[in-house]
Amino acid sequence: MRAFARLLDRLAFTPARNAKLTLVRDFLAETPDPDRGWALASLTGALSFDVAKPAFIRRAIESRMDSVLFAMSYDYVGDLAETVALVWPQRFGANREPELSEVVDALQSALRSDVQQLLEGWLDALDADGRWALLKLLTGGLRVGVSARLAKQALADLGGVEISQIEDIWHGQRPPYEDLFAWLEGRSERPSPDTPGRFRPVMLAQAIDEESDFPKLDAEDFAAEWKWDGIRVQAASEHGTRRLYSRTGDDIGHSFPDVIAALNFEGVIDGELLVMRDGAVAPFSDLQQRLNRKIPDSKIVAKFPAFIRAYDLLLDGEHDLRSLPFRERRLRLEEFLARSQLSRVDVSPLVDFDGWEALARLRAAPPDGDAQRAEGLMLKRWDSTYEAGRPKGPWFKWKRDPHLIDAVLMYAQRGHGKRSSFYSDYTFGVWRQDANGDHALTPVGKAYFGFTDEELKLLDKFVRDNTVERFGPVRSVRASRDFGLVLEIAFEGLQRSTRHKSGIAMRFPRVSRIRWDKPAREADELATLERMLK
Amino acid sequence: MTKPDALLRVTPAGLCCVPGDFIIDPVRQAPRAVITHGHSDHARAGHGAVLATRETLAIMAARYGEGFAGATQPVRYGETTMHNGVGVTLVPAGHILGSAQVVLTWKDLKIVVSGDYKRRRDPTCAAFEPVVCDVFVSEATFGLPVFRHPDDSGEIAKLLKSVAQFPERCHLVGAYSLGKAQRIICLLREAGYDGTIYTHGALEKLNALYESFGVALGPLADATTAGAQSFAGAIIIAPPTAIAERWSRRFPDPVPAFASGWMRVRARARQRAIELPLVISDHADWDELTNTITEIHPGEVWLTHGEDEALLRWAEITGVKARPLALQGYEENEGE
Repeated sequence: MRAFARLLDRLAFTPARNAKLTLVRDFLAETPDPDRGWALASLTGALSFDVAKPAFIRRAIESRMDSVLFAMSYDYVGDLAETVALVWPQRFGANREPELSEVVDALQSALRSDVQQLLEGWLDALDADGRWALLKLLTGGLRVGVSARLAKQALADLGGVEISQIEDIWHGQRPPYEDLFAWLEGRSERPSPDTPGRFRPVMLAQAIDEESDFPKLDAEDFAAEWKWDGIRVQAASEHGTRRLYSRTGDDIGHSFPDVIAALNFEGVIDGELLVMRDGAVAPFSDLQQRLNRKIPDSKIVAKFPAFIRAYDLLLDGEHDLRSLPFRERRLRLEEFLARSQLSRVDVSPLVDFDGWEALARLRAAPPDGDAQRAEGLMLKRWDSTYEAGRPKGPWFKWKRDPHLIDAVLMYAQRGHGKRSSFYSDYTFGVWRQDANGDHALTPVGKAYFGFTDEELKLLDKFVRDNTVERFGPVRSVRASRDFGLVLEIAFEGLQRSTRHKSGIAMRFPRVSRIRWDKPAREADELATLERMLK
Repeated sequence: MTKPDALLRVTPAGLCCVPGDFIIDPVRQAPRAVITHGHSDHARAGHGAVLATRETLAIMAARYGEGFAGATQPVRYGETTMHNGVGVTLVPAGHILGSAQVVLTWKDLKIVVSGDYKRRRDPTCAAFEPVVCDVFVSEATFGLPVFRHPDDSGEIAKLLKSVAQFPERCHLVGAYSLGKAQRIICLLREAGYDGTIYTHGALEKLNALYESFGVALGPLADATTAGAQSFAGAIIIAPPTAIAERWSRRFPDPVPAFASGWMRVRARARQRAIELPLVISDHADWDELTNTITEIHPGEVWLTHGEDEALLRWAEITGVKARPLALQGYEENEGE
């Protein structure tokens, strides 16, 4: 338990992905089975207990310490699990520290009524970090910023294999993953990937570089499709097992019972998950209503119906199609959909075009209908096999040009890691006119990339030289009609938002240019953004 | 028994010994001062006469220059001097080099002013000595049950493990320049780290002073003038404010660490964007505060700067007579 607690503690304070990878990989290398497997399961969300409710933890602590002292402590710390971990009184002569696997075993077999006593015994035996880890584990919220994808990458690093090799077999593996570790450490053969409904690692596209790529590419070799603004999914239905996976192999089927119910086929489809009404694509914000609900209620499902727009077929019945060229897979897909008559899956149409220039015109001015909502175009070589990862050459994405606005820098926050001495996260605003006709800035977004290291130094200096107020790591910066720094912000789209004061939220904002030359009063107005909402 | 208030009371200048006519750790210029230790909120320049340990006087001279007071009177631990009938004895407080508790004896009364103190072992200073007394005036910096500092060797092990795990990065450890920095260096040496430790320029004088008092620090180098080397794998110790400032940019991709009792609470570490919080403090934690009061068993406890509310509650349920002094002018932060 100690090693696991130390790992969680480090992960919670480590923002950089590469550093997290090192921490997880080293932990997996140093910790014996089955503890490391259970740790991996809890990090990836494959193992979760919610046996300990807050009231339950509160009861445990109040039997051990004065309730006034506890209330003062809780008030200071602000987080129940953390407070209890810190204040839990030491008991001399307590048991030795439990291993993670002992905790897991005990919880899996314990009666609900025994949990309180188990919990108290473990709290007595652990140190503060151990108690924190235990309480986080028991309340089902580790929140240390480790995605399943990151954990799999750490496994791949541990074994010196490609991540796709892990993904291929992941869904056949169960905690504590002893077979998996045995293979990664060279002690046994690779576990079999033949599990019905397993995830197949997806093929991703490179962003096209218009200047250097197009001259080398022949339009004849490529098919074009619209790049839909949903999320990439893989729908598998094999021998009665139905699964819906995200791009990284997370099983998201529980959030989309409507889609799962409609997978009446034998095979694996690659496509885009979209909310659609009367056959037309709804905005991304509608899909978001569904994405963050673990188990949606029927009202939400009815209001935001989800569909798959298919663009590839990986498995047709028993036949793995991934080694076939795209041209052939595409025919099989159309034939497969025609045969299956699926209520919630349609085909992503190919875009006819005659040369790159014609395609560029289509991209700039898409025809009426769904294409208006597309993020741009996808280009796929007719002869491309389905290859896991992001190979260079066979598939390209060609996004629409971003929207641009001029905004004024309002707040800056210190970054992390390499940027911890730089003010590198910028909140920017646009002008809003009030009833008296006065102009005030209203924040509309936050950007922390898009500039070079040299520009970062200049931005940092500007922030330090023009600080008005400090709140912890945040500084507010001089910004008025007569003085302020204008940032040209590029973004992909706008949504209405009730959480933001301005009423809008930007997708993927970044700094595209620093307008040292532009007077603050000439930055954009909120009304301009509101018009873009349509 | 003589009323304690007749011997010691709170004034705007600080804790005033009335019959002895001096102030302990005055926050403004005073004709006569007794100084518990060298941290700048306790040891200020410009007093008339200053009584303190030899180490504390040396620290003040190093920071403020030789003329920091009209006159100085160095005393040894355990040595008693008389001031208008009040006996003044300095006893080790275990906080930093030269730190002392002030023991006042007058008529039938004995009051101990703890100054800042801790109970655990510290290779850079003499250990706290409990003194039986009528009134114990205790600091309360970490007077909340959430503050229970772990074993410092475990924290140092965390740092060394991270150094081994990230050999391509440097570790930038924020530590108060007086006391904490030297203690961290000594703890690293005790853990077997014998490489050069780089330090910020602000530490140089104090490091030399500690060494002159017999605290061996091993190979050190100035991080600012060390030139264009990579610092990969290096440990650099700097004042806490420096690790988020422009000075730190000379280091490639540092792991920001901070050694402080406040690091026990996650939000505090997050606020400062610390990646490696090290819970190492020169102040007594909750258990040390309450155990010390229980051990000394004074007739009365007065609480000075810090979190006194929870300690008052603890005293109430434990049956200890206690009251807050609400002293002004000492920093809420640990040390300085």
